Amino acid sequence: MISELLRAIESLDVPADWVGLRAVKESVGVRAVRDGLPRSNGKSVNQGVMVEVLVKGQIGYGATNSLDLDSLRAAAKVAYEQAIAASPWAIYPLTPAARPKVVGEYVSPFVKPLDALTPGEINDLLVQLCKTLKVSDQIVQAVATAIANETETWFVSSNGSEVYQKLVMLETHFGVTAQDGAIVQQRSNNGYLAHCYQGGWELFPEPNLWERAAQVGEQAVELLTAEDCPSETTTLVLAPDQMMLQIHESVGHPLELDRILGDERNYAGGSFVKPQDFGQLSYGSKLMNITFNPTVPGEFASYSFDDTGAPATREYLIQEGILQRGLGSLESQARTGVPGVACARASSWNRPPIDRMANLNLEPGTDSFEALIGDVERGVYMESNRSWSIDDQRYKFQFGCEYAKLIENGKLTKTLRNPNYRATTPEFWHSLKRIGDNTTWQMYGTPFCGKGEPNQVIRVGHGSPVCVFEDVEVFGGGE
Amino acid sequence: MMLETVTQSKTSSPMESTFDPIVTAVLSELQTDEHLTLQLTGEQSQFVRFNGAKVRQTGSVSDGELHLTLMKGDRNGYREFSFTGKLETDLPQAQAALKELREEVLQLPDDPYLVLPSGNATSHEVNAGKLLIGGAIASSILPEVSGLDFTGIYAGGSLIRAYADSAGQKHWFATETFSLDYSLFTADGQAVKGTFAGSEWSQEAYAAKLAESKLQLERLSQTPKAIPKGQYRTYLAPAAVAELMGMLSWGAVSESSMQRGGSALGLLQRGEKQLSPQFTLRENFSRGLVPRFNSWGEIAPVELPIIENGKLVNTLINSRTAKEYGKTANGADGGESLRSPEVSPGNLAATDILSKLGTGLYLSNLHYLNWSDRPTGRITGMTRYACFWVENGEIVAPIENLRFDESLYRCFGENLLDLTDFQEFIPEVGTYSNRSLGGIWVPGALSEEFTYTL
Ligand SMILES: [Zn+2]
Repeated sequence: MISELLRAIESLDVPADWVGLRAVKESVGVRAVRDGLPRSNGKSVNQGVMVEVLVKGQIGYGATNSLDLDSLRAAAKVAYEQAIAASPWAIYPLTPAARPKVVGEYVSPFVKPLDALTPGEINDLLVQLCKTLKVSDQIVQAVATAIANETETWFVSSNGSEVYQKLVMLETHFGVTAQDGAIVQQRSNNGYLAHCYQGGWELFPEPNLWERAAQVGEQAVELLTAEDCPSETTTLVLAPDQMMLQIHESVGHPLELDRILGDERNYAGGSFVKPQDFGQLSYGSKLMNITFNPTVPGEFASYSFDDTGAPATREYLIQEGILQRGLGSLESQARTGVPGVACARASSWNRPPIDRMANLNLEPGTDSFEALIGDVERGVYMESNRSWSIDDQRYKFQFGCEYAKLIENGKLTKTLRNPNYRATTPEFWHSLKRIGDNTTWQMYGTPFCGKGEPNQVIRVGHGSPVCVFEDVEVFGGGE
Repeated sequence: MMLETVTQSKTSSPMESTFDPIVTAVLSELQTDEHLTLQLTGEQSQFVRFNGAKVRQTGSVSDGELHLTLMKGDRNGYREFSFTGKLETDLPQAQAALKELREEVLQLPDDPYLVLPSGNATSHEVNAGKLLIGGAIASSILPEVSGLDFTGIYAGGSLIRAYADSAGQKHWFATETFSLDYSLFTADGQAVKGTFAGSEWSQEAYAAKLAESKLQLERLSQTPKAIPKGQYRTYLAPAAVAELMGMLSWGAVSESSMQRGGSALGLLQRGEKQLSPQFTLRENFSRGLVPRFNSWGEIAPVELPIIENGKLVNTLINSRTAKEYGKTANGADGGESLRSPEVSPGNLAATDILSKLGTGLYLSNLHYLNWSDRPTGRITGMTRYACFWVENGEIVAPIENLRFDESLYRCFGENLLDLTDFQEFIPEVGTYSNRSLGGIWVPGALSEEFTYTL
């Protein structure tokens, strides 16, 4: 592919300052089972090329799923015309520095390739999972899904870039709905499709899969007779599978420089963070260390280069509670003067790169789980995201979880259902009082981060320890 | 000199002249016990993204996917690949996909609720538009907003949805549409939202729409007022009602969800909660903005009442759900979501909205909705854009955004005071994977004791 793209770039006759070609081929195998019966079985292969042309300080793009030379030349011409037509209104005069020369390769670590299991074998596993999940007649739905994704990207440019990246990913999910009349509860394996990783079939089935599935089923039934989460202001302890969402919505999105620049205001929104906050804003308590880390083996959004060719490195966005750096591409860094990271990412060949999260992790502290809980006189411990909503400045949020336990005198006691909490972002992160150690740290991912105009959905990974927050408003369900 | 800025395209498509021979060729290869459906999605799209009345990004996308489902006995599987519109590229892919599927379905478990294509429906609909050419978009849109903090996106071009199957059913739906989805901001971050959409660009209509938005922007010049949490009488403008109605396609109107505890309308169905007799929701395809055929090639009825005068009279039932639960299908698609919904108007005149609201909140839009407790119909979300505190029928000031957490059974049930006597069309402007079609027709709603929590 690289050689074909290089040949194409040589044959282009647009008088541009810079031209880049980014080809993407995404193959996705989906296996989904509900209540022991197949729901979806198949494979999609989506491929195409985006041609970006920089002229008069403006980039225009032409994207096509026809890979022949004539189509690429036509796409380049369209891209050139777009750039010329828009250049009188360019928001910022870009130079080829926004697309530096880069040469390299990245391949996800994996042991068992994605074709190591046959469709029949995968279905057998998922059917068996549904059976294991259905621990009672009160389980009215059991689902199990496995999605194998191989995404290859090739990037070449007129200033000599040549990058090949191959992502090998496995996304799995299982969960149940339990019902007793008007009472309905759901429980899943750490939230919807949270088990998203780079790697192959060595990730699934995990050694403890069958015990975990039975536990998920049993906990759903347990929730049917559990008390509702009380309404009070108390100590909130969050498991890593909820911290994933907490970090994503209240740290990741507000730190995106394109939101701060206003690009996103008509859709996802802006940010309560201002450009002058970087380097000085106290975002949270001193325990808060957030890294942008595309180098974690197996985490869902690891890579070596972003979609503009910027080399990806681990960077602190927040260190000891102080805001250091934004989630901003080379373009956004030039526009704001704020330091950023290699995060210009596109959902595929048919969308232009914009500022995105990738892997965003909360670094662990020194307390064991027992020590964290043991210190809480009264509080609520919550697991697995079920509901999420936050305002367009990423300030006022309300999140709900699947499963909770009351904490009394340093011990987990009663199970609670419909646990929710709400707060404002800075107040919440300043209330971070204790933070779990490595043994409590877990990483998850999601393929569903939506943003951008035109809209783009992208993969992110989030790792976190168990965390303790003080004086948070928690509440239950119902009217 | 006048430059040509608008193009009117031909009604026949090279996509169709590739789709047809592929359908013929692939169906001719089927064995007697095999069934096949082919679904095509295609678009030629122009996107221009704006910020600060400048161009942020601009480009065009030619895209298409062909989705083949092979059914043999009780087994089925699919393949999807890029559809380029070039027969020499696409036909071999379709043939290879069929071959792969034949081998794969042998390994798969039986699916007792598989629905084979069986009807004899055909349709052919082509709606040509008059759209701005790529080079004329910025120059047509931006001069009108110079000096304003204008942000948003223009998306336009042709869209194709097509279907064919081994039973002989065939549908072709092609349309040309555009949408300009924008916001105008004040210096302190208050904003008004506007959507200008259709199939024929009119510079005059665009200017008129903007004049309306600019007027609204002036009302935002005051310092926003912080409103304490609590319950307030609330007017939800049509765009805000549309956001709430959007939730109904996410675990509410689907029969499949209803059967397995996943529907927020379970309480309504069982008669444990009521909605207001003023509330009527239906699917109405008569405006022809979206295809009526579904992924089985079936044609939905032109109208299907869902909630009539507060009573749940139909859920959306697709053929598969019908087979699984012994119901009668009503043309729903795979996900049993609303495709062309309409909420009936009420009696509240536009001129009476503020006086009937009296003292409370006027909400133009809502943002980021989610079920906070689905079985009880409770939704949380935020106010957004041009929302005002009103006292004694007079707008006092814009508000700082509030979080709400409220049940459908309250705001469209016991607390619904009235719906406006007019509806607005809120176009679906989403562009995930591909550009969306259609939208929703909704009135505004006046509700008592709407609950704000943060
Ligand atoms: Zn996101």
